[in-house]
Amino acid sequence: MTEEIIIAGFGGQGVLSMGKILAYSGIMQDQEVSWMPSYGPEMRGGTANVTVILSDERISSPILHFYDTAIILNQQSMDKFEPSVKPGGVLIYDGNGITRHPSRKDIHIYRVDAADEATRLGLSKIFNMIVLGGYMKVKPVVRLENVILGLKKSLPHRYHDLIPDNEKAILRGMEIIEEVKV
Amino acid sequence: MAEIRLEDIIRPENLVYKKTPLMTDNILSYCPGCGHGTAHRLIMEVVEELGFQEKTIGICPVGCSVLAYDFMNIDMQQAAHGRAPALATGIKRTWPGRIVFTYQGDGDLAAIGTAETIHVCNRGENLTMIFINNGIYGMTGGQMAPTTLEGMKSSTSPYGRDVHMMGYPLKMTEVVATLPGTYFVTRQAVHTPAAVRKAKKAIRIAFENQRDNKGGVSFVEIVSNCNSGWKMRPVDANHWMEQNMFPFFPLGDMKVDGKIVK
Amino acid sequence: MGELRLMKGNEAIGEAAIRAGVDAYFGYPITPQSEVIEYLMAEKPHERTGMVVLQAESEVASINMVYGAAATGKKVMTSSSSPGVSLMMEGVSYIAGAELPCVLVNVVRGGPGLGTIQPSQADYFQATKGGGHGDYRMIVLAPASVQEMSDFIKLAFELAFRYRNPAMILSDGVIGQMMEKVVLFDPIPRWTEEEIIKMSPWATTGKPLNRERNIITSLDLQPHVQEQRNIRLQNKYATIQEKEVRCEKIACDDAEYLIVAYGSSARIAQKALDIARAQGIRLGLLRAITLWPFPTKQIRELLGHVKGILTVELSSGQMVEDVRLAVEGRVNVEFYGRMGGMIYTPEEILGVLKAKIIGE
Repeated sequence: MTEEIIIAGFGGQGVLSMGKILAYSGIMQDQEVSWMPSYGPEMRGGTANVTVILSDERISSPILHFYDTAIILNQQSMDKFEPSVKPGGVLIYDGNGITRHPSRKDIHIYRVDAADEATRLGLSKIFNMIVLGGYMKVKPVVRLENVILGLKKSLPHRYHDLIPDNEKAILRGMEIIEEVKV
Repeated sequence: MAEIRLEDIIRPENLVYKKTPLMTDNILSYCPGCGHGTAHRLIMEVVEELGFQEKTIGICPVGCSVLAYDFMNIDMQQAAHGRAPALATGIKRTWPGRIVFTYQGDGDLAAIGTAETIHVCNRGENLTMIFINNGIYGMTGGQMAPTTLEGMKSSTSPYGRDVHMMGYPLKMTEVVATLPGTYFVTRQAVHTPAAVRKAKKAIRIAFENQRDNKGGVSFVEIVSNCNSGWKMRPVDANHWMEQNMFPFFPLGDMKVDGKIVK
Repeated sequence: MGELRLMKGNEAIGEAAIRAGVDAYFGYPITPQSEVIEYLMAEKPHERTGMVVLQAESEVASINMVYGAAATGKKVMTSSSSPGVSLMMEGVSYIAGAELPCVLVNVVRGGPGLGTIQPSQADYFQATKGGGHGDYRMIVLAPASVQEMSDFIKLAFELAFRYRNPAMILSDGVIGQMMEKVVLFDPIPRWTEEEIIKMSPWATTGKPLNRERNIITSLDLQPHVQEQRNIRLQNKYATIQEKEVRCEKIACDDAEYLIVAYGSSARIAQKALDIARAQGIRLGLLRAITLWPFPTKQIRELLGHVKGILTVELSSGQMVEDVRLAVEGRVNVEFYGRMGGMIYTPEEILGVLKAKIIGE
């Protein structure tokens, strides 16, 4: 099994850390992982993206041009990465700020309005965990207990009291994600 | 009158001066009348008197004193042009118990190595720096230095230094004195016995400060002549230096015990 | 087994430096390798091992701090990216001339000039053919994973001290910025001052009364003396060439066609290889690990069954010259590259292979 994912949005949305948690979760379930970010000035307020690969085998190229799953959190990333989803693949997006919705008919499209939900729950800092929950519902590649283990490993100790909120957000994401029919 | 024979004069009982064993027996490559030899000797005498021979590491520059390691009987390293303070930093940081000094000329310290000079002083490295300023590039054949005086002729300012075209002579010692990382900053000369005694005292303080970890660079400038580069006889060069260099580069302490005194 | 971590390549460099018993790191920030010094500063290695970490005023100062400390027998290193490494070249030439051990890391970005911060392999010539002035060589190691970023720090110091020669880890923005699993090697204690004085009797550690003074210099004003120094260097380089070549051969045993690549390009080429093999094409991959010394002999050995070679690099074609020198015209050697931070896809590589080598 190999899962090739791109997570793309604005810097500050937790794109890179969501990828990191996924990678840690992969390690917890004994998989090979790679995490390759976009880097440079675009990190500062501009678009940010990260490629995560989870695999049962040695990973060859960490650089990808086509993905099994694209998680898209802003319009620029939608324009850039919708065409890069492999046929039959999955596109997950947050509708907040999206003016041109995805339209491909050869992929599965899901919408998780995590930004609105995070505001409603007062958990805007872990908005990305709601998105992650949505992904986990659609693609059960990483198990919840391994995500929690991964969080413990990746978060500094002083933030460990936030893990229950993270878990709550993941579970909420699993509930609110909906398939979109084009 | 009996013939005077040299053997009758050179006898142990007539000995009034003996070179320190920390100077090697190699013949100095400097021009007769040059100040480098005296400066070398003073440093080595201080190192000997303070008992530092076994723990001193010297850094020599690019310039006339590139071969200083031929004359000083201690462990030495030869730096790229201007980089002696960076080498010294690397050594002192990894061997804090050693005594490390740099020996640089004006082109090395005040032109190509300006950044290294400023930053070693600004970091307050516990080092001793000796700066020989003769207002010219000696080794390469008398080109203009950052310290060449206004109107002074050199092979690259053959009609005299035009400050509007070539910039002003740089008082690097005054610059480093203003930095919080220097502890002792002084300007000396070695052209008369009195000046030599004063210069040696200053060099000694500069090494004692390092030994006592006073927390900063001890910086000794020595204004010297370059009779070959200046195209003068040695004695004339020293007169010229007194009349022209000293008014622009006045001798004396600038910073003592971390406080500006002048 | 050592400790397992998820780390960026740049962070692995920092952690490996502490674990390898490095005495000092001197560096200056530049994208995409600033995480090396950031990681080191955050880790407080002076508390862990007594290691010194200093942010210098420039790359010029960094390499000369390395030059100073290396002359005293200490384990010292620096890291930078392409424009910064260019600034260090003078210092590297002095270090090579004075025969001092040290390690440099270049996390290569696109050039020339300020170029781009995106990954590139366009510094191959600089690393393997000189870069600075004079007839000298650096030992150059090319990691293709975060694991190798860590492992090669240890290896580079071993080689540097074995041969009293600068060693460079030639990485790029992909390997520096990506995170992968890494198994960290167990810490090696730093050498004591007594150990250094014993191991490196040539070092400028302060002259005891019972030995001659040590002088570290690259200067010999007399040509016949400087020629002797050069002959000594060349003899040493010949030994390194003989003994220290490293490469990885993947699916080479029955290969009809061969890709030669290094670093991140080798990772992408491996994906191309997987696709090609699935299509029944007998493709092999030779990944150069030491770029100098270059695996000349190892390439030649494959020429009995390899009919054509494609070299892929993120440059306009630099290593391909060494491949051609190895092959000496016996088979067709073609090149494919992308520049300026652009990266090829495995499909792109395979397409070129089919068009230029297989001749479909």
